[in-house]
Amino acid sequence: MSGGVDSAVAAARCVAAGHDVIGISLRLARDGAGGCCSLDDFHDARAVADRLGFPHYVLDFTDAFDAAVVQPFVAEYLAGRTPNPCARCNQHVKFDRLWQRARELGASHLATGHYARIAVDPVTGRHALRTAVDTTKDQTYFLFTLDHEALARTLFPVGDLTKTEVRAEAAALGLAVADKPESMEVCFVPTGDAAGFVERRAGADALRPGSLRDGDGQELGTHAGVHRFTIGQRRGLGLAGGPARYVRAIDAATGTVTVGSADELLATGLVAHDVSWSAGTPPDDGAVLAARIRHRHRPVPARLLATAGGAAHVRFDTPGPAVTPGQAAVFYRDELVVGGGWIASELPA
Amino acid sequence: MRIYLDHNAGAPLRAAARDAMLAAMGPPANPSSPHREGARARALLEDARAAVAALIGAAPAEIVFTSGATEANTLALLGGLPVDGRIVTTVIEHASVLAPARAHGAPLVELPVDGDARITAAAVVAACNGGPALASIGLANGEVGTVAPVAEIAAALRGRPVTLHTDAAQAVGRIPVDVHALGVDLLSLSSHKLGGPAGVGALWVRAGFALRPQLLGGPQERGRRAGTENVVGIVGFGAAARAVSADHTATTRMAALAERLWSGLRTQVPDVVRLGPVDGPRLPNTVNVRVPGCSGESLLMLLDLGGVAASLGSACSAGAPEPSHVLMAMGLARETARDGLRLSLGPDTTADDIDAVVGLLPGLVRQVRGGAAA
Repeated sequence: MSGGVDSAVAAARCVAAGHDVIGISLRLARDGAGGCCSLDDFHDARAVADRLGFPHYVLDFTDAFDAAVVQPFVAEYLAGRTPNPCARCNQHVKFDRLWQRARELGASHLATGHYARIAVDPVTGRHALRTAVDTTKDQTYFLFTLDHEALARTLFPVGDLTKTEVRAEAAALGLAVADKPESMEVCFVPTGDAAGFVERRAGADALRPGSLRDGDGQELGTHAGVHRFTIGQRRGLGLAGGPARYVRAIDAATGTVTVGSADELLATGLVAHDVSWSAGTPPDDGAVLAARIRHRHRPVPARLLATAGGAAHVRFDTPGPAVTPGQAAVFYRDELVVGGGWIASELPA
Repeated sequence: MRIYLDHNAGAPLRAAARDAMLAAMGPPANPSSPHREGARARALLEDARAAVAALIGAAPAEIVFTSGATEANTLALLGGLPVDGRIVTTVIEHASVLAPARAHGAPLVELPVDGDARITAAAVVAACNGGPALASIGLANGEVGTVAPVAEIAAALRGRPVTLHTDAAQAVGRIPVDVHALGVDLLSLSSHKLGGPAGVGALWVRAGFALRPQLLGGPQERGRRAGTENVVGIVGFGAAARAVSADHTATTRMAALAERLWSGLRTQVPDVVRLGPVDGPRLPNTVNVRVPGCSGESLLMLLDLGGVAASLGSACSAGAPEPSHVLMAMGLARETARDGLRLSLGPDTTADDIDAVVGLLPGLVRQVRGGAAA
């Protein structure tokens, strides 16, 4: 329970369903990070638990969160990739370590306030992620690592509600968090200044400064570190005049950030690693999918070219912009998540 | 029916304290006022002062009432530090000692402890060599119960330009505390640790000690702490102090029950480890244990769900237990330092309470281990 309205209503729905509920809030970010895990958030969560009549505890997961999410976040930026901390947090912290604690308490299920649904295959009995009713809030992109076993013990009680309905339900229950604003940024970087965060955590010696170059290798300028860039970035390049240019490649080894036109940003597809498949095995080569390559990105029609060794090669039906290493690639068939992995690179020509 | 074994975090309000506070509530209660109402408040205040002083063998005029032991500690450190003095303390002190010591800016020595959270008088004395200093050495550690050799330290420091302060918040009411036997200059105590209300405490200031006040703006507490006194709270503190003074067998009762708890746990959970000194000076009411391979966090929650209130050492305001700085100072690894389960008894703890906990805990250990292994 983050102290927000979604997990509050998720808890309320568990109570209403007759479950024996224990509320847990996680302290993830260390003191001074602000933005989340504040005392106020915990007090908000506890007030909900008090009102609904179930016990509530706060667990200090700062060490685990730092190791599993924050340090990789910094390392990814330093390596020229763009990390996806929410997916990692779900994978390693919420649906792993927290589940372990819940199991020790004798819990049968873990419920969260994520906007997602869980579908059960009528033939195989396997559980798979399904997009939320409120497509503008859908969080399946951040949950793709949850496999059949994890989903079988998971409840997403608000997955079939819209955000408006969630707020209305909270208000009807008299929960003070009904109108609480939602957090939009990465929780441990509340200012949104990821570059500044990386610089503070990593120290100046770890940064990878270098040059900005065009596609021909011509130097256009210099920069203070590759962590300041993400694929598709247009602002903050420090390049005056001329046509719009976007970051198309980041090479942390040399510190080179390559920029190009919008057309040059288009990729024909992607290569993902550590791909998991909802069915337990990959679809056949040539399978038709829809690929989502960042949060709030509309999945685009694509085709699975090949899978091997946990990797997947995927070609978009129409070339698309900003395939970003470090982000997740999640594959859908209609509303169902069929698999997902981490973007390693564009699809080689 | 709840079983409360977290007295080191705060004791339930004693009936005598509640009754005395209820009787005191209502009428105007500014002891500095010149009218009869003021005189009544003054009488209540001074009666409580005498009770608190008697509890620690002090004179009433030496008691400065504060908002709690935290304020008493800050007042002692900031108001008792000699000019150009250094601060000498230990790494296991309560945050209300360590934080002002670190914030002050004076040279600071934080002495390490051994695996049972002990320091030696010699180490404190050595750190105080070479000029004026303030040494702040907690009398008893609230997490593992180790009692420090404060009287020995005081004797060794006699004649030196060193202010000796002891935070006795966890000791008073559990072991005999006599300021003259200890030989210190300043001693902090807390009301809610001994069954008075929270929000009240006191600093005992040795007669003749030139304490620099930190709250200015009034002559209260003989000019040592400005602000109208919390008379109702202080009345509760005084009543609790009187009840403690009258209960001559509390220490031996708690010690016997703590031993019953420890031996019961050891029988039921053979690999349980006790944290803190097994022998030697320690609090009679504090049993801190770790069950290897068993998350203290999970045990604590399961105990709470099963009707038993305990803790993982010092409470944090969010209720999220961090690794204990005391256990880490004793040499435990950061992860292990989350697993110390502190059971702290009070004067009303019964053998039935202890037997119930001993009966409950082994099953919880099995459950946590089963969940962790599954």
